[in-house]
Amino acid sequence: MVMRKVAIIGAGMTKFGENWESGFREMVTEAGIKALTDSNVKGDEISAGYVGTMASGSLVGQEHVGALIADYMGLNPVPITRVEGACASGSLALRQGILAVASGLHDTVVVGGVEKMTDLDTNAVGRILGGAGDQEWELFMGATFPGLYAMMARRHMHEYGTTEEMLASVAVKNHYNGARNKYAQFQKEITLESALASKVVADPLKVMDCSPITDGAAAVVLAPLDSASSYTKKPIEVMASEQASGTLALHDRDSITSIKASRIASGRAYKKAGLSPKDISVAEVHDCFTIAEIIATEDLGFFSPGEGGRAALEGRTRLEGEIPINTSGGLKATGHPVGATGVKQACEVTWQLRNDAGERQVRDVEHALTHNVGGSGATSVIHIFRRGY
Amino acid sequence: MKESISLTWRRIPERYRMVGSRCTACGSHYFPPRQICPSCRRKGKVEPFEFCGRGTIYSFTEIHSPPEGFEKQVPYVMAIVELEEGTRCTGQVVDVHRKDIKIGDKVESVFRRILSDDPEGPIHYGFKFRLKK
Repeated sequence: MVMRKVAIIGAGMTKFGENWESGFREMVTEAGIKALTDSNVKGDEISAGYVGTMASGSLVGQEHVGALIADYMGLNPVPITRVEGACASGSLALRQGILAVASGLHDTVVVGGVEKMTDLDTNAVGRILGGAGDQEWELFMGATFPGLYAMMARRHMHEYGTTEEMLASVAVKNHYNGARNKYAQFQKEITLESALASKVVADPLKVMDCSPITDGAAAVVLAPLDSASSYTKKPIEVMASEQASGTLALHDRDSITSIKASRIASGRAYKKAGLSPKDISVAEVHDCFTIAEIIATEDLGFFSPGEGGRAALEGRTRLEGEIPINTSGGLKATGHPVGATGVKQACEVTWQLRNDAGERQVRDVEHALTHNVGGSGATSVIHIFRRGY
Repeated sequence: MKESISLTWRRIPERYRMVGSRCTACGSHYFPPRQICPSCRRKGKVEPFEFCGRGTIYSFTEIHSPPEGFEKQVPYVMAIVELEEGTRCTGQVVDVHRKDIKIGDKVESVFRRILSDDPEGPIHYGFKFRLKK
């Protein structure tokens, strides 16, 4: 079966943060309208939609959100389908949209990601996010998500000599980038000293090693690459969309200093795109915790195993470094509305490839990669993009 | 955190006695139990297996920011324990300070209260670990 090439023709997102004045439906509608306006697509040209959200039922009591969005976007009877893969829900929705356009089933597809998280208190949100792990054999025992990543960090330190300074340097870099992103929750630089002095959440991870609780939504519009230029002067081609699964519980992995699903998905994505890690100009990776970014840069092949922490501390992943990571500010500074994150990553690399990223623009961006992880690594989704013009 | 009584009842063998499973085709051990051996799939034969509860610390953390239901226990130590039979599981380590534990330490399982929903609700029991003297 011959698959069509797919392009992103529009991107848009809400401000990420504690959006108390805005609910689930307002945020997803705002992001959708921004992406559709950016794409120049008319409402009656849209043939399908996919939306990623992890826990709308637990966080705001609302299920059946595909229908809600079709209704409030004024898109009825367009079919809109919800997709869930914990923190990777957004990238899974994007991948479903890509598959739908690539297959020829749908021509113009809108993809959204959204999470409304600040209507509940922190402990309740912590419990709900815990559902991304093994509820009966990790969470019931008292583990938390910071706790699971803390055990990955502890083991990474044990095997490779990674230090708390290396972890903190990831947060410092991401806050620097976030301070240059008008959509970021935290547009404020921090110092290594303040990050190291922040309160312990799950030893060795501190507040400044953790992504925050965030409200937000993001959306992109997809079309066949062949017809993309009739909508926009700057379509972005999807070169690869790959997904892999790993064990749900962290304790069942052969190694907890690497996420095998990310290695497999990125290996397939590089092969599909005909590229190697050296060809990537910028990457948005899943830094739900600082250790996650360090592991991601190793799993994606930018640095060898155990070298990610040192590379971060040396500045090799900064905006002007050899491989700029999380130019948006990442999950750490932009915020992490879980279902929206994967789609936000696609928005950021779209802007980088179009040369529209303002103060945080990286020069000569040719190929961009997104890496979105569900739970402690049970789902990993990789996309690779380039300019389609 | 609220957990249904039927769920707690259903998990009694696993939580009280660490009953997992073993694949007689390849010899792999699994905890918690599985219906299918991921190595052998439908060619495997999985039967119940009671773990001895002894193992070593593979990694650990001290939780300061608890999930609902664990507020009164903080700070507490959680670990991934590598069991003697060759699989790993997650549990709390009791009666220990963060500074007195390291990767590789030997532990044994103990029967403890995990949490209770509320003063009049059911009490959920299960295994935790302690350092082996």
